[in-house]
Amino acid sequence: MLSYAPIIFMGLKMSTALAIQSLTKVYANGFQALKGIDLTVQQGDFFALLGANGAGKSTTIGIISSLVNKTSGQVSIFGYDIDTQREQAKAQIGLVPQEFNFNVFEPVREIIINQGGYYGIPRTEALERSEKLLNQLGLWEKRKDQARELSGGMKRRLMIARALIHQPRLLILDEPTAGVDIEIRRSMWDFLTELNESGTTIILTTHYLEEAESLCRNIGIIDQGQLIENTSMKKLLNRIDTETYVFDLDNALASPPEHNALTFELRDPTTLEVSFHKESFSLNQVFDWFKENNIKITSMRNKTNRLEQLFIDLVEGNKGSKAA
Amino acid sequence: MNQQQKWIAFYTIIIREILRFTRIWIQTILPPVITTALYFVIFGQLIGPAIGKIDGYNYIEFIVPGLIMMTVITNSYANVVSSFYGSKFQGNIAEMLVSPVPNWIILVGYIGGGVARGLSVGLAVTIVSLFFSNLPIEHPFLMLLMGILTSALFSLAGLINGIYAKSFDDISIVPTFVLTPLTYLGGVFYSISMLSDFWQKVSLLNPVLYMVNGFRYGVLGVSDMSPWLSFTVLIIFISALYIYSLSLLNRGVGIRN
Repeated sequence: MLSYAPIIFMGLKMSTALAIQSLTKVYANGFQALKGIDLTVQQGDFFALLGANGAGKSTTIGIISSLVNKTSGQVSIFGYDIDTQREQAKAQIGLVPQEFNFNVFEPVREIIINQGGYYGIPRTEALERSEKLLNQLGLWEKRKDQARELSGGMKRRLMIARALIHQPRLLILDEPTAGVDIEIRRSMWDFLTELNESGTTIILTTHYLEEAESLCRNIGIIDQGQLIENTSMKKLLNRIDTETYVFDLDNALASPPEHNALTFELRDPTTLEVSFHKESFSLNQVFDWFKENNIKITSMRNKTNRLEQLFIDLVEGNKGSKAA
Repeated sequence: MNQQQKWIAFYTIIIREILRFTRIWIQTILPPVITTALYFVIFGQLIGPAIGKIDGYNYIEFIVPGLIMMTVITNSYANVVSSFYGSKFQGNIAEMLVSPVPNWIILVGYIGGGVARGLSVGLAVTIVSLFFSNLPIEHPFLMLLMGILTSALFSLAGLINGIYAKSFDDISIVPTFVLTPLTYLGGVFYSISMLSDFWQKVSLLNPVLYMVNGFRYGVLGVSDMSPWLSFTVLIIFISALYIYSLSLLNRGVGIRN
Protein backbone atom coordinates (compact mmCIF):
# COMPACT_ATOMS: atom_id res chain seq x y z
CA MET A 1 0.00 0.00 0.00
CA LEU A 2 2.62 2.49 1.06
CA SER A 3 5.42 2.93 -1.37
CA TYR A 4 8.36 5.20 -0.89
CA ALA A 5 11.69 5.48 -2.62
CA PRO A 6 14.26 4.23 -0.11
CA ILE A 7 17.60 5.90 0.42
CA ILE A 8 20.92 4.53 1.59
CA PHE A 9 21.30 5.27 5.29
CA MET A 10 24.77 5.38 6.87
CA GLY A 11 26.11 3.38 3.94
CA LEU A 12 23.82 0.43 4.71
CA LYS A 13 22.12 -1.52 1.94
CA MET A 14 18.43 -2.35 1.92
CA SER A 15 19.19 -5.76 3.44
CA THR A 16 19.37 -4.02 6.80
CA ALA A 17 15.99 -3.92 8.53
CA LEU A 18 17.06 -1.92 11.55
CA ALA A 19 20.19 0.13 12.14
CA ILE A 20 20.78 1.86 15.47
CA GLN A 21 23.85 3.98 16.05
CA SER A 22 25.01 5.56 19.34
CA LEU A 23 21.47 5.66 20.70
CA THR A 24 21.07 7.40 24.03
CA LYS A 25 18.07 8.31 26.12
CA VAL A 26 18.01 10.42 29.25
CA TYR A 27 14.58 10.85 30.82
CA ALA A 28 13.39 14.14 32.30
CA ASN A 29 14.16 12.88 35.82
CA GLY A 30 17.81 12.41 34.80
CA PHE A 31 17.68 8.62 34.49
CA GLN A 32 19.91 7.45 31.65
CA ALA A 33 18.00 4.55 30.13
CA LEU A 34 20.24 4.03 27.08
CA LYS A 35 23.98 4.70 27.03
CA GLY A 36 24.99 4.55 23.39
CA ILE A 37 23.52 1.47 21.78
CA ASP A 38 24.70 0.22 18.38
CA LEU A 39 22.59 -2.52 16.86
CA THR A 40 21.91 -3.90 13.41
CA VAL A 41 19.16 -6.37 12.51
CA GLN A 42 19.22 -7.87 9.06
CA GLN A 43 16.18 -8.22 6.82
CA GLY A 44 14.43 -11.56 7.39
CA ASP A 45 16.00 -12.11 10.80
CA PHE A 46 14.20 -13.37 13.88
CA PHE A 47 16.04 -11.37 16.51
CA ALA A 48 15.76 -11.68 20.28
CA LEU A 49 16.31 -8.58 22.36
CA LEU A 50 16.75 -9.68 25.93
CA GLY A 51 17.37 -7.89 29.17
CA ALA A 52 16.18 -7.71 32.74
CA ASN A 53 13.33 -5.40 33.72
CA GLY A 54 14.46 -1.78 33.37
CA ALA A 55 17.47 -2.72 31.21
CA GLY A 56 16.35 -0.48 28.34
CA LYS A 57 14.52 -2.85 25.99
CA SER A 58 11.18 -1.04 26.02
CA THR A 59 12.88 2.35 25.71
CA THR A 60 14.73 1.11 22.64
CA ILE A 61 11.51 -0.22 21.14
CA GLY A 62 9.71 3.01 22.05
CA ILE A 63 12.30 5.06 20.18
CA ILE A 64 12.20 2.78 17.12
CA SER A 65 8.42 3.08 16.97
CA SER A 66 8.37 6.86 17.65
CA LEU A 67 6.64 6.59 21.01
CA VAL A 68 9.69 7.83 22.89
CA ASN A 69 11.85 10.79 21.89
CA LYS A 70 15.53 9.88 21.79
CA THR A 71 18.21 12.08 23.33
CA SER A 72 20.85 11.40 20.65
CA GLY A 73 21.89 8.84 18.07
CA GLN A 74 20.47 7.62 14.80
CA VAL A 75 17.86 5.03 13.95
CA SER A 76 16.85 3.83 10.51
CA ILE A 77 14.27 1.27 9.46
CA PHE A 78 14.87 -0.31 6.06
CA GLY A 79 17.04 2.69 5.24
CA TYR A 80 14.53 5.32 6.34
CA ASP A 81 15.80 7.68 9.01
CA ILE A 82 13.24 8.12 11.81
CA ASP A 83 14.10 11.83 12.09
CA THR A 84 14.10 12.91 8.46
CA GLN A 85 11.83 10.24 6.91
CA ARG A 86 9.54 9.54 9.82
CA GLU A 87 6.39 8.72 7.83
CA GLN A 88 8.20 6.22 5.61
CA ALA A 89 10.03 4.68 8.58
CA LYS A 90 6.79 4.27 10.53
CA ALA A 91 5.08 2.61 7.58
CA GLN A 92 7.60 -0.26 7.76
CA ILE A 93 6.91 -1.17 11.41
CA GLY A 94 4.25 -3.13 13.21
CA LEU A 95 4.35 -2.91 16.99
CA VAL A 96 2.94 -5.30 19.56
CA PRO A 97 3.52 -3.50 22.86
CA GLN A 98 3.95 -5.04 26.26
CA GLU A 99 0.76 -3.57 27.77
CA PHE A 100 -2.74 -3.93 26.32
CA ASN A 101 -3.28 -0.58 24.67
CA PHE A 102 -6.50 -0.70 22.68
CA ASN A 103 -9.84 0.90 23.41
CA VAL A 104 -11.48 -1.86 25.41
CA PHE A 105 -14.96 -0.61 24.48
CA GLU A 106 -14.41 -0.96 20.73
CA PRO A 107 -15.35 -4.17 18.91
CA VAL A 108 -12.42 -6.41 17.99
CA ARG A 109 -12.70 -6.02 14.22
CA GLU A 110 -13.17 -2.26 14.44
CA ILE A 111 -9.88 -1.92 16.31
CA ILE A 112 -8.05 -3.69 13.49
CA ILE A 113 -9.85 -1.84 10.69
CA ASN A 114 -9.23 1.54 12.33
CA GLN A 115 -5.54 0.71 12.59
CA GLY A 116 -5.55 -0.01 8.87
CA GLY A 117 -7.20 3.35 8.31
CA TYR A 118 -4.34 5.16 10.08
CA TYR A 119 -2.02 3.59 7.50
CA GLY A 120 -4.25 4.72 4.64
CA ILE A 121 -5.68 1.28 3.84
CA PRO A 122 -9.17 1.52 2.26
CA ARG A 123 -11.94 0.02 4.37
CA THR A 124 -12.84 -2.72 1.87
CA GLU A 125 -9.24 -3.91 1.79
CA ALA A 126 -8.94 -3.61 5.58
CA LEU A 127 -12.07 -5.77 5.95
CA GLU A 128 -10.54 -8.51 3.80
CA ARG A 129 -7.22 -8.40 5.62
CA SER A 130 -8.86 -8.34 9.04
CA GLU A 131 -10.92 -11.44 8.19
CA LYS A 132 -7.79 -13.31 7.21
CA LEU A 133 -5.84 -12.21 10.29
CA LEU A 134 -8.68 -12.90 12.71
CA ASN A 135 -9.08 -16.39 11.27
CA GLN A 136 -5.35 -17.06 11.42
CA LEU A 137 -5.20 -15.96 15.04
CA GLY A 138 -8.38 -17.73 16.11
CA LEU A 139 -10.38 -14.57 16.82
CA TRP A 140 -12.93 -14.60 14.01
CA GLU A 141 -15.75 -15.76 16.31
CA LYS A 142 -14.99 -12.82 18.60
CA ARG A 143 -14.91 -10.15 15.89
CA LYS A 144 -18.07 -8.39 17.09
CA ASP A 145 -17.25 -8.56 20.80
CA GLN A 146 -15.91 -5.59 22.70
CA ALA A 147 -12.20 -6.00 23.36
CA ARG A 148 -12.75 -5.98 27.11
CA GLU A 149 -14.66 -9.27 26.81
CA LEU A 150 -11.60 -11.13 25.50
CA SER A 151 -9.36 -13.34 27.61
CA GLY A 152 -5.72 -12.33 28.20
CA GLY A 153 -4.46 -14.63 25.45
CA MET A 154 -7.05 -13.32 22.99
CA LYS A 155 -6.07 -9.73 23.79
CA ARG A 156 -2.44 -10.58 22.99
CA ARG A 157 -3.51 -12.07 19.67
CA LEU A 158 -5.67 -9.05 18.93
CA MET A 159 -2.62 -6.83 19.33
CA ILE A 160 -0.69 -9.05 16.90
CA ALA A 161 -3.52 -8.86 14.36
CA ARG A 162 -3.67 -5.08 14.75
CA ALA A 163 0.09 -4.78 14.22
CA LEU A 164 -0.09 -6.83 11.02
CA ILE A 165 -3.00 -5.13 9.26
CA HIS A 166 -0.68 -2.95 7.17
CA GLN A 167 1.64 -5.89 6.39
CA PRO A 168 4.75 -4.40 8.01
CA ARG A 169 8.22 -5.48 6.92
CA LEU A 170 9.46 -5.28 10.51
CA LEU A 171 7.37 -6.63 13.38
CA ILE A 172 8.41 -5.72 16.91
CA LEU A 173 6.95 -7.84 19.68
CA ASP A 174 7.46 -6.72 23.26
CA GLU A 175 6.77 -9.76 25.43
CA PRO A 176 3.94 -11.05 23.23
CA THR A 177 3.33 -14.26 25.17
CA ALA A 178 3.33 -12.85 28.70
CA GLY A 179 0.50 -14.42 30.67
CA VAL A 180 -0.51 -16.72 27.82
CA ASP A 181 -1.10 -20.44 28.44
CA ILE A 182 1.27 -23.00 26.95
CA GLU A 183 -1.07 -24.18 24.19
CA ILE A 184 -1.73 -20.69 22.86
CA ARG A 185 1.93 -19.76 23.29
CA ARG A 186 2.92 -22.68 21.09
CA SER A 187 0.35 -21.73 18.44
CA MET A 188 1.66 -18.17 18.53
CA TRP A 189 5.19 -19.48 18.05
CA ASP A 190 4.03 -21.39 14.96
CA PHE A 191 2.28 -18.29 13.63
CA LEU A 192 5.33 -16.09 14.16
CA THR A 193 7.64 -18.67 12.63
CA GLU A 194 5.46 -18.81 9.51
CA LEU A 195 5.36 -15.05 9.38
CA ASN A 196 9.13 -14.86 9.59
CA GLU A 197 9.51 -17.53 6.92
CA SER A 198 7.27 -15.50 4.64
CA GLY A 199 9.77 -12.64 4.84
CA THR A 200 8.78 -10.47 7.81
CA THR A 201 11.69 -9.44 9.99
CA ILE A 202 10.84 -9.96 13.65
CA ILE A 203 12.34 -8.47 16.79
CA LEU A 204 11.18 -10.18 19.96
CA THR A 205 11.64 -9.33 23.60
CA THR A 206 10.62 -11.94 26.10
CA HIS A 207 11.26 -13.15 29.62
CA TYR A 208 10.68 -16.74 28.50
CA LEU A 209 14.20 -17.55 27.40
CA GLU A 210 13.23 -20.90 25.95
CA GLU A 211 10.99 -18.89 23.62
CA ALA A 212 13.95 -16.85 22.39
CA GLU A 213 16.05 -20.00 22.07
CA SER A 214 13.36 -21.79 20.07
CA LEU A 215 12.43 -18.96 17.73
CA CYS A 216 15.35 -16.60 17.23
CA ARG A 217 18.44 -16.85 15.08
CA ASN A 218 20.27 -13.85 16.52
CA ILE A 219 20.29 -12.26 19.91
CA GLY A 220 21.12 -8.99 21.61
CA ILE A 221 21.31 -8.60 25.36
CA ILE A 222 20.80 -5.19 26.95
CA ASP A 223 21.88 -4.51 30.48
CA GLN A 224 21.78 -1.16 32.25
CA GLY A 225 21.31 0.72 29.00
CA GLN A 226 24.14 -0.99 27.14
CA LEU A 227 24.20 -3.75 24.56
CA ILE A 228 26.45 -6.30 26.22
CA GLU A 229 25.97 -9.05 23.64
CA ASN A 230 25.03 -9.14 19.98
CA THR A 231 25.63 -12.43 18.25
CA SER A 232 23.97 -15.48 16.76
CA MET A 233 22.02 -17.78 19.04
CA LYS A 234 24.17 -20.70 17.97
CA LYS A 235 27.43 -18.96 18.84
CA LEU A 236 26.06 -17.84 22.15
CA LEU A 237 24.85 -21.29 23.12
CA ASN A 238 28.17 -22.80 22.08
CA ARG A 239 29.79 -20.78 24.83
CA ILE A 240 28.13 -22.94 27.43
CA ASP A 241 30.88 -25.35 28.47
CA THR A 242 29.02 -27.22 31.19
CA GLU A 243 26.00 -29.45 30.72
CA THR A 244 23.82 -30.56 33.60
CA TYR A 245 21.25 -33.34 33.36
CA VAL A 246 18.88 -34.81 35.89
CA PHE A 247 18.45 -38.61 35.83
CA ASP A 248 15.63 -40.54 37.45
CA LEU A 249 17.02 -43.87 38.66
CA ASP A 250 15.38 -47.26 38.88
CA ASN A 251 17.25 -48.22 42.08
CA ALA A 252 17.94 -45.94 45.04
CA LEU A 253 21.44 -44.69 45.88
CA ALA A 254 22.64 -44.17 49.43
CA SER A 255 25.20 -41.48 48.54
CA PRO A 256 26.32 -39.65 45.40
CA PRO A 257 28.90 -41.54 43.32
CA GLU A 258 32.39 -40.16 42.77
CA HIS A 259 34.17 -39.54 39.46
CA ASN A 260 37.05 -37.28 38.47
CA ALA A 261 35.31 -35.84 35.35
CA LEU A 262 31.70 -35.92 36.49
CA THR A 263 30.09 -33.98 39.32
CA PHE A 264 27.21 -35.73 41.04
CA GLU A 265 24.54 -34.38 43.31
CA LEU A 266 21.90 -36.61 44.80
CA ARG A 267 18.60 -34.73 45.07
CA ASP A 268 16.86 -37.73 46.59
CA PRO A 269 17.78 -41.46 46.57
CA THR A 270 16.39 -41.95 43.04
CA THR A 271 17.18 -38.54 41.46
CA LEU A 272 20.75 -37.84 40.43
CA GLU A 273 22.09 -34.63 38.97
CA VAL A 274 25.16 -34.97 36.74
CA SER A 275 27.34 -32.11 35.47
CA PHE A 276 30.29 -32.34 33.07
CA HIS A 277 32.41 -30.21 30.75
CA LYS A 278 31.29 -30.62 27.15
CA GLU A 279 34.86 -30.63 25.86
CA SER A 280 36.15 -33.33 28.16
CA PHE A 281 33.11 -35.59 28.39
CA SER A 282 30.10 -36.56 26.31
CA LEU A 283 26.59 -37.71 27.13
CA ASN A 284 27.42 -41.11 25.60
CA GLN A 285 30.25 -41.50 28.06
CA VAL A 286 27.86 -40.68 30.90
CA PHE A 287 25.54 -43.45 29.73
CA ASP A 288 28.52 -45.81 29.51
CA TRP A 289 29.49 -44.96 33.07
CA PHE A 290 25.95 -45.67 34.30
CA LYS A 291 26.05 -49.04 32.52
CA GLU A 292 29.45 -49.94 33.96
CA ASN A 293 28.19 -49.15 37.46
CA ASN A 294 24.96 -51.06 36.91
CA ILE A 295 22.75 -48.01 37.51
CA LYS A 296 19.49 -48.16 35.57
CA ILE A 297 17.93 -44.94 34.29
CA THR A 298 14.17 -44.52 33.89
CA SER A 299 14.20 -40.97 32.45
CA MET A 300 16.35 -37.86 32.03
CA ARG A 301 16.02 -34.10 31.36
CA ASN A 302 18.04 -30.89 31.15
CA LYS A 303 18.43 -29.30 34.56
CA THR A 304 17.79 -25.70 33.41
CA ASN A 305 17.22 -23.79 30.26
CA ARG A 306 20.66 -23.29 28.73
CA LEU A 307 20.08 -19.75 27.56
CA GLU A 308 18.71 -18.79 30.94
CA GLN A 309 21.93 -19.76 32.68
CA LEU A 310 24.03 -18.00 30.05
CA PHE A 311 21.88 -14.87 30.33
CA ILE A 312 22.33 -14.78 34.08
CA ASP A 313 26.09 -15.32 33.72
CA LEU A 314 26.38 -12.46 31.19
CA VAL A 315 24.34 -9.99 33.22
CA GLU A 316 26.12 -10.90 36.44
CA GLY A 317 29.44 -10.61 34.61
CA ASN A 318 28.49 -7.14 33.35
CA LYS A 319 27.59 -6.03 36.86
CA GLY A 320 30.84 -7.50 38.21
CA SER A 321 32.97 -5.72 35.62
CA LYS A 322 31.26 -2.39 36.47
CA ALA A 323 31.77 -2.90 40.19
CA ALA A 324 35.47 -3.62 39.58
CA MET B 1 1.36 9.03 2.68
CA ASN B 2 -0.30 10.21 -0.49
CA GLN B 3 -3.42 12.40 -0.51
CA GLN B 4 -5.83 9.46 -0.72
CA GLN B 5 -4.18 7.70 2.22
CA LYS B 6 -4.32 10.90 4.25
CA TRP B 7 -8.00 11.23 3.46
CA ILE B 8 -8.60 7.62 4.58
CA ALA B 9 -6.74 8.29 7.85
CA PHE B 10 -8.77 11.47 8.47
CA TYR B 11 -12.03 9.72 7.63
CA THR B 12 -11.11 6.85 9.97
CA ILE B 13 -10.55 9.19 12.91
CA ILE B 14 -13.79 11.08 12.26
CA ILE B 15 -15.89 7.92 11.96
CA ARG B 16 -14.25 6.44 15.06
CA GLU B 17 -15.08 9.60 17.01
CA ILE B 18 -18.69 9.71 15.77
CA LEU B 19 -19.19 6.03 16.63
CA ARG B 20 -17.72 6.68 20.07
CA PHE B 21 -20.26 9.32 21.08
CA THR B 22 -23.24 7.77 19.29
CA ARG B 23 -22.54 4.41 20.97
CA ILE B 24 -23.06 6.10 24.34
CA TRP B 25 -25.82 8.50 23.22
CA ILE B 26 -27.57 8.19 26.58
CA GLN B 27 -24.52 9.86 28.13
CA THR B 28 -23.65 12.25 25.31
CA ILE B 29 -26.76 13.41 23.44
CA LEU B 30 -29.75 12.90 25.73
CA PRO B 31 -28.63 14.79 28.89
CA PRO B 32 -27.98 18.17 27.20
CA VAL B 33 -31.32 17.90 25.38
CA ILE B 34 -33.18 17.30 28.66
CA THR B 35 -31.25 20.05 30.50
CA THR B 36 -31.95 22.58 27.75
CA ALA B 37 -35.63 21.61 27.63
CA LEU B 38 -35.79 22.43 31.34
CA TYR B 39 -34.20 25.82 30.62
CA PHE B 40 -36.90 26.43 28.01
CA VAL B 41 -39.67 25.56 30.46
CA ILE B 42 -38.31 27.49 33.45
CA PHE B 43 -36.72 30.55 31.85
CA GLY B 44 -38.89 30.70 28.78
CA GLN B 45 -42.39 29.70 29.88
CA LEU B 46 -42.39 30.50 33.61
CA ILE B 47 -40.00 33.45 34.13
CA GLY B 48 -39.91 34.77 30.56
CA PRO B 49 -43.35 36.50 30.48
CA ALA B 50 -42.33 38.51 33.57
CA ILE B 51 -39.20 39.77 31.81
CA GLY B 52 -40.94 40.91 28.67
CA LYS B 53 -39.33 41.50 25.26
CA ILE B 54 -35.62 41.92 24.46
CA ASP B 55 -34.62 43.42 21.10
CA GLY B 56 -38.21 42.91 19.95
CA TYR B 57 -38.37 39.19 20.77
CA ASN B 58 -40.04 37.23 23.56
CA TYR B 59 -37.54 36.17 26.22
CA ILE B 60 -37.68 32.51 25.23
CA GLU B 61 -36.97 33.37 21.59
CA PHE B 62 -34.09 35.58 22.72
CA ILE B 63 -32.42 32.88 24.84
CA VAL B 64 -32.88 29.94 22.45
CA PRO B 65 -29.84 30.78 20.26
CA GLY B 66 -27.68 31.24 23.36
CA LEU B 67 -28.83 27.94 24.84
CA ILE B 68 -28.16 26.12 21.58
CA MET B 69 -24.70 27.67 21.46
CA MET B 70 -24.08 26.72 25.09
CA THR B 71 -24.73 23.05 24.31
CA VAL B 72 -22.56 23.26 21.18
CA ILE B 73 -19.68 24.70 23.23
CA THR B 74 -19.85 22.27 26.13
CA ASN B 75 -20.38 19.20 23.96
CA SER B 76 -17.67 19.86 21.40
CA TYR B 77 -15.24 20.57 24.24
CA ALA B 78 -16.30 17.52 26.26
CA ASN B 79 -16.10 15.21 23.26
CA VAL B 80 -12.49 15.98 22.41
CA VAL B 81 -11.13 16.28 25.93
CA SER B 82 -12.68 13.01 27.08
CA SER B 83 -11.81 11.11 23.90
CA PHE B 84 -8.22 12.34 23.75
CA TYR B 85 -7.52 11.88 27.44
CA GLY B 86 -9.29 8.51 27.35
CA SER B 87 -6.94 7.44 24.54
CA LYS B 88 -3.96 8.56 26.59
CA PHE B 89 -5.26 6.79 29.68
CA GLN B 90 -5.92 3.49 27.88
CA GLY B 91 -2.77 3.82 25.79
CA ASN B 92 -4.56 3.51 22.44
CA ILE B 93 -3.30 6.95 21.40
CA ALA B 94 -0.23 4.90 20.42
CA GLU B 95 -2.26 3.36 17.58
CA MET B 96 -2.05 6.68 15.77
CA LEU B 97 1.38 7.69 17.03
CA VAL B 98 3.11 4.59 15.61
CA SER B 99 1.35 5.00 12.27
CA PRO B 100 2.51 7.35 9.50
CA VAL B 101 -0.55 9.60 9.85
CA PRO B 102 0.67 13.22 10.15
CA ASN B 103 -0.09 15.13 13.34
CA TRP B 104 -2.18 17.71 11.52
CA ILE B 105 -4.55 14.98 10.38
CA ILE B 106 -4.86 13.65 13.93
CA LEU B 107 -5.65 17.21 15.00
CA VAL B 108 -8.19 17.86 12.26
CA GLY B 109 -9.75 14.43 12.88
CA TYR B 110 -10.35 15.19 16.54
CA ILE B 111 -11.74 18.63 15.64
CA GLY B 112 -14.08 16.91 13.17
CA GLY B 113 -15.30 14.57 15.91
CA GLY B 114 -15.90 17.49 18.26
CA VAL B 115 -17.75 19.45 15.57
CA ALA B 116 -19.88 16.41 14.77
CA ARG B 117 -20.97 16.03 18.39
CA GLY B 118 -21.44 19.78 18.91
CA LEU B 119 -23.64 20.05 15.83
CA SER B 120 -25.55 16.83 16.58
CA VAL B 121 -26.47 17.99 20.06
CA GLY B 122 -27.08 21.53 18.77
CA LEU B 123 -29.50 20.16 16.16
CA ALA B 124 -31.31 18.04 18.76
CA VAL B 125 -31.70 21.08 21.04
CA THR B 126 -32.88 23.21 18.10
CA ILE B 127 -35.58 20.66 17.31
CA VAL B 128 -36.71 20.64 20.95
CA SER B 129 -36.71 24.47 21.01
CA LEU B 130 -39.26 24.49 18.17
CA PHE B 131 -41.81 23.04 20.60
CA PHE B 132 -41.42 26.14 22.77
CA SER B 133 -40.84 28.99 20.31
CA ASN B 134 -41.07 30.16 16.71
CA LEU B 135 -37.54 30.74 15.48
CA PRO B 136 -37.42 32.94 12.36
CA ILE B 137 -33.89 31.73 11.31
CA GLU B 138 -32.99 34.94 9.49
CA HIS B 139 -29.55 33.89 8.17
CA PRO B 140 -29.32 30.07 8.07
CA PHE B 141 -25.88 29.97 6.43
CA LEU B 142 -24.40 32.29 9.06
CA MET B 143 -26.08 30.28 11.80
CA LEU B 144 -24.49 27.07 10.51
CA LEU B 145 -21.12 28.74 10.01
CA MET B 146 -21.09 30.11 13.56
CA GLY B 147 -22.06 26.68 14.89
CA ILE B 148 -19.24 24.96 12.99
CA LEU B 149 -16.60 27.55 13.87
CA THR B 150 -17.58 27.66 17.55
CA SER B 151 -17.53 23.88 17.91
CA ALA B 152 -14.17 23.78 16.08
CA LEU B 153 -12.74 26.35 18.48
CA PHE B 154 -13.89 24.51 21.58
CA SER B 155 -12.77 21.18 20.14
CA LEU B 156 -9.29 22.68 19.89
CA ALA B 157 -9.53 23.95 23.46
CA GLY B 158 -10.64 20.49 24.58
CA LEU B 159 -7.71 18.91 22.77
CA ILE B 160 -5.21 21.20 24.49
CA ASN B 161 -6.80 20.33 27.83
CA GLY B 162 -6.57 16.64 26.92
CA ILE B 163 -2.91 16.96 25.98
CA TYR B 164 -1.95 18.54 29.29
CA ALA B 165 -4.30 16.45 31.47
CA LYS B 166 -2.63 13.93 33.74
CA SER B 167 -5.74 12.72 35.55
CA PHE B 168 -9.50 12.66 35.10
CA ASP B 169 -9.70 15.58 37.54
CA ASP B 170 -7.71 17.69 35.08
CA ILE B 171 -10.33 17.26 32.37
CA SER B 172 -13.17 18.55 34.56
CA ILE B 173 -11.40 21.60 36.05
CA VAL B 174 -11.50 23.76 32.90
CA PRO B 175 -15.18 23.08 32.04
CA THR B 176 -16.24 23.75 35.63
CA PHE B 177 -14.15 26.79 36.48
CA VAL B 178 -13.58 28.43 33.09
CA LEU B 179 -16.03 27.26 30.45
CA THR B 180 -19.27 27.41 32.47
CA PRO B 181 -18.69 30.94 33.88
CA LEU B 182 -17.63 32.26 30.47
CA THR B 183 -20.72 30.75 28.84
CA TYR B 184 -23.19 31.97 31.47
CA LEU B 185 -21.64 35.45 31.33
CA GLY B 186 -21.45 35.38 27.52
CA GLY B 187 -24.87 36.86 26.86
CA VAL B 188 -26.83 33.61 26.74
CA PHE B 189 -29.57 34.90 29.04
CA TYR B 190 -29.31 38.65 28.47
CA SER B 191 -28.25 41.38 26.08
CA ILE B 192 -25.16 43.28 27.20
CA SER B 193 -27.08 46.47 26.42
CA MET B 194 -28.85 45.73 29.74
CA LEU B 195 -25.52 46.13 31.60
CA SER B 196 -23.76 49.29 32.76
CA ASP B 197 -21.02 50.74 30.55
CA PHE B 198 -18.29 49.27 32.72
CA TRP B 199 -19.69 45.71 32.62
CA GLN B 200 -20.41 46.04 28.91
CA LYS B 201 -16.69 46.71 28.37
CA VAL B 202 -15.72 43.83 30.66
CA SER B 203 -18.09 41.53 28.78
CA LEU B 204 -16.33 42.35 25.50
CA LEU B 205 -13.27 40.50 26.85
CA ASN B 206 -15.29 37.28 26.92
CA PRO B 207 -14.86 35.41 23.60
CA VAL B 208 -18.07 33.42 24.14
CA LEU B 209 -20.05 36.67 23.83
CA TYR B 210 -19.00 37.00 20.18
CA MET B 211 -20.04 33.45 19.38
CA VAL B 212 -23.43 33.69 21.08
CA ASN B 213 -24.17 37.00 19.39
CA GLY B 214 -22.98 35.82 16.00
CA PHE B 215 -25.24 32.79 16.25
CA ARG B 216 -28.12 34.91 17.58
CA TYR B 217 -27.77 37.18 14.56
CA GLY B 218 -28.02 34.13 12.31
CA VAL B 219 -31.22 32.98 14.04
CA LEU B 220 -33.00 36.22 15.01
CA GLY B 221 -31.23 38.88 12.96
CA VAL B 222 -30.35 40.84 16.14
CA SER B 223 -27.02 41.07 17.93
CA ASP B 224 -25.03 43.20 20.37
CA MET B 225 -22.28 43.46 17.77
CA SER B 226 -21.53 43.07 14.09
CA PRO B 227 -21.57 39.43 12.91
CA TRP B 228 -18.35 40.22 11.03
CA LEU B 229 -16.68 41.03 14.35
CA SER B 230 -17.91 37.71 15.76
CA PHE B 231 -16.58 35.89 12.69
CA THR B 232 -13.21 37.66 12.89
CA VAL B 233 -12.77 36.90 16.60
CA LEU B 234 -13.57 33.24 15.98
CA ILE B 235 -11.09 32.94 13.13
CA ILE B 236 -8.33 34.57 15.19
CA PHE B 237 -8.93 32.25 18.16
CA ILE B 238 -9.20 29.15 15.97
CA SER B 239 -5.96 30.00 14.14
CA ALA B 240 -4.08 30.64 17.39
CA LEU B 241 -5.28 27.45 19.10
CA TYR B 242 -4.71 25.36 15.96
CA ILE B 243 -1.08 26.49 15.70
CA TYR B 244 -0.54 25.95 19.42
CA SER B 245 -2.09 22.48 19.55
CA LEU B 246 -0.23 21.36 16.43
CA SER B 247 3.03 22.46 17.98
CA LEU B 248 2.17 20.47 21.13
CA LEU B 249 1.49 17.35 19.05
CA ASN B 250 4.67 17.82 17.01
CA ARG B 251 6.73 18.14 20.18
CA GLY B 252 4.97 15.14 21.68
CA VAL B 253 3.91 17.05 24.80
CA GLY B 254 1.86 14.78 27.05
CA ILE B 255 1.88 11.91 24.56
CA ARG B 256 5.51 10.96 23.91
CA ASN B 257 8.02 10.19 26.59
